[in-house]
Amino acid sequence: MIRLEKRPQPSQAWSLATPLVAVLATMIAGGLLFAALGKDPVEAIRPIFWEPLFGEFAFYYRPQLLVKGAPLVLIAIGLSLGFKAGIWNIGAEGQYIMGALFGAGVGLAFYPLEAWYIFPLMVIAGGFGGWLWASIPAYLKTRFGTNEILVSLMLVYVAEQFLASMSLGLMKNPEGFGFPGSRNLQQYDSAHNAELIAGSGMHWGVVAALIAVIFAYVLLNRHMVGYHIRLTGEAPRAARFAGFNPTRLILFCLGTSGMLAGLAGMFEVSGPSGQVSIDFNVGYGFTAIIVAFLGRLHPVGILLAGGLMALTYIGGDIAQSNLHLPSSAIQVFQGMLLFFLLAFDLLTNFRISLGKPEVA
Amino acid sequence: MTEVLLSLKGLTKAYPGVVANDSVSFDIGTGEVHALLGENGAGKSTLVKMIYGLVKPDSGEMTLRGAPYAPGEPRQARADGIAMVFQHFSLFDALNVAENIALGMENPPKLRDLASRIRDVSETYGLPLDPFRTVGDLSAGERQRVEIIRCLLQDPKLLIMDEPTSVLTPQEVEILFLTLQKLRAEGTSILYISHKLEEIRALCDHATILRLGKNVGECIPAETSASEMAELMVGSALTPPERGDRTFGEVALDISGLSVPSPSAFGTALRNVHLTVRRGEILGIGGVAGNGQDELLSVLSGETLTEADAVKLGKDPIGTLGPVARRALGVLAAPEERLGHAAAPDMSLTENAMLTGATREGLVKNGFLKWAAAKEFAERVINEFDVRTPGPENAARSLSGGNLQKFVIGREVLQRPDVLVVNQPTWGVDASAAAAIRQSLLDLAAGGCAVICISQDLDELMEISDSFAALNEGRLSAPRPAAGLTVEEIGLMMGGAHGMEVAHV
Repeated sequence: MIRLEKRPQPSQAWSLATPLVAVLATMIAGGLLFAALGKDPVEAIRPIFWEPLFGEFAFYYRPQLLVKGAPLVLIAIGLSLGFKAGIWNIGAEGQYIMGALFGAGVGLAFYPLEAWYIFPLMVIAGGFGGWLWASIPAYLKTRFGTNEILVSLMLVYVAEQFLASMSLGLMKNPEGFGFPGSRNLQQYDSAHNAELIAGSGMHWGVVAALIAVIFAYVLLNRHMVGYHIRLTGEAPRAARFAGFNPTRLILFCLGTSGMLAGLAGMFEVSGPSGQVSIDFNVGYGFTAIIVAFLGRLHPVGILLAGGLMALTYIGGDIAQSNLHLPSSAIQVFQGMLLFFLLAFDLLTNFRISLGKPEVA
Repeated sequence: MTEVLLSLKGLTKAYPGVVANDSVSFDIGTGEVHALLGENGAGKSTLVKMIYGLVKPDSGEMTLRGAPYAPGEPRQARADGIAMVFQHFSLFDALNVAENIALGMENPPKLRDLASRIRDVSETYGLPLDPFRTVGDLSAGERQRVEIIRCLLQDPKLLIMDEPTSVLTPQEVEILFLTLQKLRAEGTSILYISHKLEEIRALCDHATILRLGKNVGECIPAETSASEMAELMVGSALTPPERGDRTFGEVALDISGLSVPSPSAFGTALRNVHLTVRRGEILGIGGVAGNGQDELLSVLSGETLTEADAVKLGKDPIGTLGPVARRALGVLAAPEERLGHAAAPDMSLTENAMLTGATREGLVKNGFLKWAAAKEFAERVINEFDVRTPGPENAARSLSGGNLQKFVIGREVLQRPDVLVVNQPTWGVDASAAAAIRQSLLDLAAGGCAVICISQDLDELMEISDSFAALNEGRLSAPRPAAGLTVEEIGLMMGGAHGMEVAHV
């Protein structure tokens, strides 16, 4: 009989190996899925993991990795802080939208003035928008004990309505022939989050993501606030005994994750996307939850996981167009990744033993 | 000896890294109260779990009334007439007595019938209990009655009791003993697990002593002195802690008129608590578990805030200060629950040293953590308190209970407190480690620290405290000098029989 035994100490080796094993298991199960759809599994998986990096058109796809990976990493870093402390911000998508709207709003307000300070102001506004949106569940939780999962999630839908209203109303391009959507910020130099090196995909959002990784790493490992976050997640009672204030932690974690999500939205709207439109958000805020866990809530892990997730996004698109795989199959494939990750995660704290059952 | 009811032969059970029971053999006679004596970790619990069918032995055999007996699960053991009262009750606070008992039965009768059976049994054995009272409102002694009655309804031939007196006042212990004696007179055998020598001498006919999983001796408790049994149990003569000469200074901690509402539905509210501790004094606070011990500790540690004047350090009000501010002032605490409260289970000892040591040991600078200094501090605790672990990088939960307790107490003691509050400092700790912890508390007091020791172990309190008070339903009795207190007086301070009626046997 197969049993699970709790390890005396969490296994370091498994903690590192889990993501790799999960990716492998996803490839196998995904291969079976694609085979069931009548596709050659190797042919279906190869474009997902291989083409974007080393294929014929890699020169086009590699910059895309940065463009897609940066918002994921930026958002996931923020989420991981809260997740580590058991504070579940599920509404990063909404904070991402609000950040984009605030950032774009500032930019559009200055149009057509050209000045060096416009972009920095947009960055501040974007971060503020996300922070504000995440502070709503934070305030309600600390004041009334509401569940931050539900409140933050429902605020996503509010933000989506807000986005639709903005792109059809206040922020609509007056010279857009009645089409919904704002002016294209890519054509407004002072507000454009342009590539820092042309053709590299490297824009300010990528820089912000890297800074966030370093910031989170230092915070978690060297700073009292990070220690507080980890202690609260592991043993809330011990954290209170240590003298930490749970209210301040909730405000900090939700606020920070909201701010980073807002920044991601702002960099996206002023760069790769270029304009506020009804379908501006594409689910980065939700995918970042997967990225955060795939990276084991560790800043460096999240950096790698963000890259991997961007890869499956881009690769998924390739597989979809080249092999005519349904998009839902790709989504199942991405879902499997999280599923396997959580399943194998068990092995960090437990070992499988084959033998007679016993009750300790 | 009378006819043998249950006979154990060569029972062995090994867990990874430890042999819990090594070829243990003994017999329990019909109508005998048999004591199983041993320190924490001696293998008593594993042994009775094998008898009760919770654990399967690796080797060895048991015979019940001459027939081979190998229960696969507790249900089978119960069917064979073996019942067990666990140390930790498994009762639902929100349900009443009869509902709780019905939940544990295979085919529960109608509640009304069950209630009348409960009344019958409780009257027969002198355990008055109202079947329709909510368990959450019962005292620990009454909850134990629920568990005992639950067992007696099965009409058991062998009743196993795991440390039954650890939650009782001396008066309640007397009531329990009357019940057990009545059961014995009716021919029920009792396997009585304890490490309290005096009660074993008072109650038991026969004793088996376990040490490190081995049967190291048997004796007739009534004819053996407590110190002989203790030597068998511990393996060597213990040196009791030395009190040394201490002089009391000015008042260090002053609590007056402290009332705190209960933090949860079944918690305990503190009611008008007064106490003072002087420098160099150890105040022992006794009481049955659940009478406000945790709540009192959290008021003192700063986890629960009160009015400023309710808690004073010397003359300064500190009631509104949180744990960090109190630590800075020299008021330190060590809670009862080691894993999850005093220490984070999955964090390393270094990280756990940071948990309370950050302020006083200067482990933080501008919000940044000095891990090297924290590691040094953790190593100092490990060395000075003889914590058995490969090193400070190990997770707290990898340590045995006793070793982690030494770490938790050592972490506070080494921070040179002015006031130290400990709750159950030696709970689940083996005798030599317990002696070391008590000695460190005495040394601390000798150095001028005011110590408050909350404990349910009366022997411990009598050994180290200068004055004694007891918590009873959130009220603290007036402290009295510990020297000269009789067990009777202590029991009354703890609330006597807690409103329980005395048995009419």
